[in-house]
Amino acid sequence: MMIETIQETENYISAFAGLEKSRAAYDPAWLNQLRRSALDDFLRLGFPNTHDEEWRFTSVAPITKVPFNLAGPGKDPSSAELKSVTFGRWPGIQLVFVNGVYSAALSSNPKQADGLFAGSLAQALQRQPYLIEPHLARYANVSAEPFAALNTAFIADGAFVYVPKGLVIEEPIHLLFLSLGENSNPKVTHPRALVLAEANSQVQILESYASCGGRGLYFTNAVTEVVAEENAFVDHYKLQQESLDAFHISTVQIQLGRNANISTQLISLGASLARNHVNAVLDGEGGEATLNGFYLVNGRQHVDNHTSIDHARPHCNSHELYKGILDGKARGVFNGRIIVRPDAQKTDSKQTNKNLILSEEALVNTNPQLEIYADDVKCTHGATIGQLDADAIFYLRSRGIDLESARHLLTYAFAGDFIHRLKIEPLRVALEASLFARLAEGQEDR
Amino acid sequence: MEKRTYMLEIRNLHAGIGGKKILQGINLEVKAGEVHAIMGPNGSGKSTLSQVLAGRESYEVTQGEILYQGQDLLEMAPEDRAREGIFMAFQYPVEIPGVNNTYFLKAALNAIRKHRNQPELDAMDFLKLVRAKLKLMEMDESLINRSVNEGFSGGEKKRNEIFQMAVLDPKLAILDETDSGLDIDALKSVAKGVNTLRNPERSIIVITHYQRLLNYIVPDFVHVLSGGKIVRSGGKELALDLEAKGYGWLEEAVPAAR
Repeated sequence: MMIETIQETENYISAFAGLEKSRAAYDPAWLNQLRRSALDDFLRLGFPNTHDEEWRFTSVAPITKVPFNLAGPGKDPSSAELKSVTFGRWPGIQLVFVNGVYSAALSSNPKQADGLFAGSLAQALQRQPYLIEPHLARYANVSAEPFAALNTAFIADGAFVYVPKGLVIEEPIHLLFLSLGENSNPKVTHPRALVLAEANSQVQILESYASCGGRGLYFTNAVTEVVAEENAFVDHYKLQQESLDAFHISTVQIQLGRNANISTQLISLGASLARNHVNAVLDGEGGEATLNGFYLVNGRQHVDNHTSIDHARPHCNSHELYKGILDGKARGVFNGRIIVRPDAQKTDSKQTNKNLILSEEALVNTNPQLEIYADDVKCTHGATIGQLDADAIFYLRSRGIDLESARHLLTYAFAGDFIHRLKIEPLRVALEASLFARLAEGQEDR
Repeated sequence: MEKRTYMLEIRNLHAGIGGKKILQGINLEVKAGEVHAIMGPNGSGKSTLSQVLAGRESYEVTQGEILYQGQDLLEMAPEDRAREGIFMAFQYPVEIPGVNNTYFLKAALNAIRKHRNQPELDAMDFLKLVRAKLKLMEMDESLINRSVNEGFSGGEKKRNEIFQMAVLDPKLAILDETDSGLDIDALKSVAKGVNTLRNPERSIIVITHYQRLLNYIVPDFVHVLSGGKIVRSGGKELALDLEAKGYGWLEEAVPAAR
């Protein structure tokens, strides 16, 4: 057991030594210390296994048995390759990261509004570390979450978005994290993003994760921290369309101040194994958090969404809607934890998880987890797992619509109330296209 | 032989569900332009007959045949029946959240038009057609911009069925208890819609438990279904007899009729 553990972490330890050696001289002392202590946390925690309650339905053995090497800066993909993972014309700032490293050449970063910073975390650490230090890794639960610790141990570059007080950014900002899959020498990247929206500011952000070429083995271990200070408004999206051979583990950590409003939409389409943590902490009165998610999996894909909403202060609202479509032998896991602290009176929280199973062999485990320590609160939750409604299919057919079209229409309708809420039009169009393409594939399989 | 051709010929139809025999030898002939009412008490087989006609797969036909315009209906998939001109107004129209009524109806109409080698309608032409039919049915346009039947009242659902019928322009319409649960105003408006769609080429089968609807949709023929068989057929007066005497009268009279 011990020997196994050592083997599992060996590559990470030697990669850390290399990183520390190359960065120590450039990075501020606090960052070196942060990385070092995160590595210690990771080594103390080790990789989770299925005896751990939080990982009961998701085994990370497929990840731990591959000796991933830390990805270096990769060769920039061609514009044609880039096109397949972007959305045509992006209306706003688009930052591209290849293997976790910012690529100025691929990014489209027009003149930024007064005081806005959207760019490379490594650059920002050189120029304005004072903005970053109070926030970076201060929210994600590094001492308890092994993958968040592992990511933190490898913070080098990534994205930093800083929206100063009162600034409203009209166009969405796209953070595109590209990985280059390489089966002969599989790589791991630890993409990192920090979004800081100061008081009364507003911003819309899409993070997307993809590979060039669509196939290939690699491991993405991402952490994003989003901070909305008093009365700030953040509309956040995360689109995961990794290679179908890849592993994707992510944490989206959300911190809300007084009267702040964050809505986050997580979309999981790719990867053979994906595990997402979305944790929101409502840390000021009057905050509002919306956690929505959509997963569409097929074949032997495994997708696990673990969400947590911590109502730490009174008069906060949270809404959560996760919808999944599972085909083939795919497996889905949803765990929705809601904590209402003793002080958090007048909490209004609603959680819904709905699953549509298109095949005999797909499987979902869904688990609401409510911990309520206040007495004047409204908390509701509901979960459904079902198939396409036979009566609805017959009704459509009786009007002349063929069986396959009827199934597609109903599947699309199931996803519709998630898709229609996406406020970024290119994303909505792309997701619709992915859904139709996936439905057409399913049809060939049958 | 009369000149008019048969729209529908049901011969010795036996059918059931889950091993339970329900229809025990139905015979019925419907010609183009005729309106037939099929009445019967609960459990007489009315629903089974309508489901079999629409092609519901859970129902099994064990004996007999159904010809639609001379073709073997039982061989046809539900969507092919619709494309060939059969329309079923459901007793319980299905709510389909997330599917827009207009989108659904356009997909249905174009599937039917394609089957008939007619050009598909574009959004503009379709809207024009829909507006005309809405006016005909005296329906509010807001109804068609909602999800199919979702949150509709009972009356709205039934009117929506007749509205779909008007748009899809079938040759044979089967109204399955379209009157059940409707107040008199809704009943009148549904009946009015149906009556505007009556014409010499279109046949209509009205399946109902209550005679009341037949005051507004006056049938050419009335058939009484009991115990899975048609036990009596006649003109529209038969419905009035039934209303006056109740279904019990027939059940007693059945042995004598044999």
